[in-house]
Amino acid sequence: MIQFSNVTKKFRRNEVLKNIDLSIQRGQRVALVGSNGAGKTTLIRCLLGQYNFIGDVSIDDMDPRQSRQLVLSKVGFVPQLPPPLRMPVGQLIKFASSLCAADPEEMIHVAQQLGFDAVHFKHQPFVKLSGGQKQKLLIAIALGRDSELLVMDEPAANLDPEARHILFKLLAEKQKTSAMLISSHRLDEVASLVNRVVEMDQGKIVLDDEVADLVDMSSKLVCSIKMIRPEDAFAKALTEWGFKPTDDSVLWNGSIAGPDRLRFLGMISRYAALLAGVQMNELNG
Amino acid sequence: MKHLWLTAYTDIIESLRARWFMVYSMVFGGIVVLLFAFGLSESRIMGFTGLSRLLVTYIQLSMAILPIFVLITTVRSVAGDREAGVFEYMLSLPVSLAAWFWGRFFGRFFVVFLPVFVAMLGAVIWGVLKGSEIPWDLFVFYTALLMALAWCFLGIGMLISTLARSSDVAQGAAFITWLFLLLFLDLILLGIMIQENLPPNTAVAIALANPMQVFRTATMMLFDPQLVLLGPTAYVILDNFTQAGYIAYAVIYPIVFGSVCAGIGYFLFKRSDLP
Repeated sequence: MIQFSNVTKKFRRNEVLKNIDLSIQRGQRVALVGSNGAGKTTLIRCLLGQYNFIGDVSIDDMDPRQSRQLVLSKVGFVPQLPPPLRMPVGQLIKFASSLCAADPEEMIHVAQQLGFDAVHFKHQPFVKLSGGQKQKLLIAIALGRDSELLVMDEPAANLDPEARHILFKLLAEKQKTSAMLISSHRLDEVASLVNRVVEMDQGKIVLDDEVADLVDMSSKLVCSIKMIRPEDAFAKALTEWGFKPTDDSVLWNGSIAGPDRLRFLGMISRYAALLAGVQMNELNG
Repeated sequence: MKHLWLTAYTDIIESLRARWFMVYSMVFGGIVVLLFAFGLSESRIMGFTGLSRLLVTYIQLSMAILPIFVLITTVRSVAGDREAGVFEYMLSLPVSLAAWFWGRFFGRFFVVFLPVFVAMLGAVIWGVLKGSEIPWDLFVFYTALLMALAWCFLGIGMLISTLARSSDVAQGAAFITWLFLLLFLDLILLGIMIQENLPPNTAVAIALANPMQVFRTATMMLFDPQLVLLGPTAYVILDNFTQAGYIAYAVIYPIVFGSVCAGIGYFLFKRSDLP
């Protein structure tokens, strides 16, 4: 579906992408990882037809620059930093849905699922929303239409655990018909979402590997965490994940999204010395 | 075409909520209020009094303020949007580059012209309420001239925004452009050049090429039909154009100039890195 052939991008003398060859098929969910300046954003901008470059990029055999409207009508994009748009939420949805020939109600519905009431905030300027609300709306605009390629830059970074679970479920619904390119600084943020990892460093692909695709994206895990004694910092971290304490604040119960398990385990590993017990059971259905 | 108007409408909505638009509107509204407050409509100059006197002063002040305001606000907001990631997101949506660029141009034109026109209209409405005689011919002529001037500098602003990659560079370039055109007015460098025996044809060519001078000459023509204030250059203008011909030129030339600048801007925008 996506083909990068010998793609080189220079900004004056600085070569940001160096002879990139990459092919992504429909159904693949690719994590694009690497440190700052590795070339991830430049690669995405070349894919979206926003940069001139040496080499070829095609989406379904079409040049994203030459066949801009046709190509971009298939692409849902979520940027890392929300743009500072002053237009109201309702106008942004109207603008995006009209350009994409999509149903605005569907975008509103996706936003609702993610926990953002777009109808309530329709007169609110986009720039005045919180970071999480902006992220939810941009995800809703990307997912609330018939996109065959999802390009997302740290899509779950500002989301609360419940919204993350809904996002993973929405992505699970799209995974057979779409390709996904998910960019992140850290692999553990996106590891469970993808079945392929592409790592970039200084404009080159340094790793391209398939990963085990065993986690059901829509799954949920019921968890129980027991501490050896109450601890404020750990309690705060668990509360942010939506966990609730029992009376003595030693036993905490809650649930996490299946693809979030690595991230969650990463969080509790920081408090390993305080752990008296951990239980995680996958919910069926 | 639908995408073009949609982009224009979106740009209008964006701009109406911007701080620069508030300042811009307050400046032009404030000028009219101040002119009334200082009793300018009661005074007389070269036979002009009442609303005609006020409009003549308003248009002279507009010539000084409008170009730099249009240039700076255009390049600041367009280059600023690019830096802030607005282009990256908006141009990831399936909008054609032509619809995006020209939609923003038309939207921005509406926004920069609106406060100037509304301030002038406000003065006319005030005049009607006070029972003053309304100089409709002057009103129509000034509206056309202001439209042409706003269009011209908007086109220049869009070209600068495309060429400059940062808002700082864009603002600097806009200011230098305005200063350059200002210097070549008959009041400043052009006057000195004529004193230093610049060939008359060259002086006239510079005066006809500089959109600010074209605007200034045309506005002078209304209260000074023989262009006595302009000196011998007036003979060249009146002999070659006639009064009606020059007024038509003063409206058409800035529009053509602005359109050509914006056209070059679009051509470069289409071929360059977008965000």
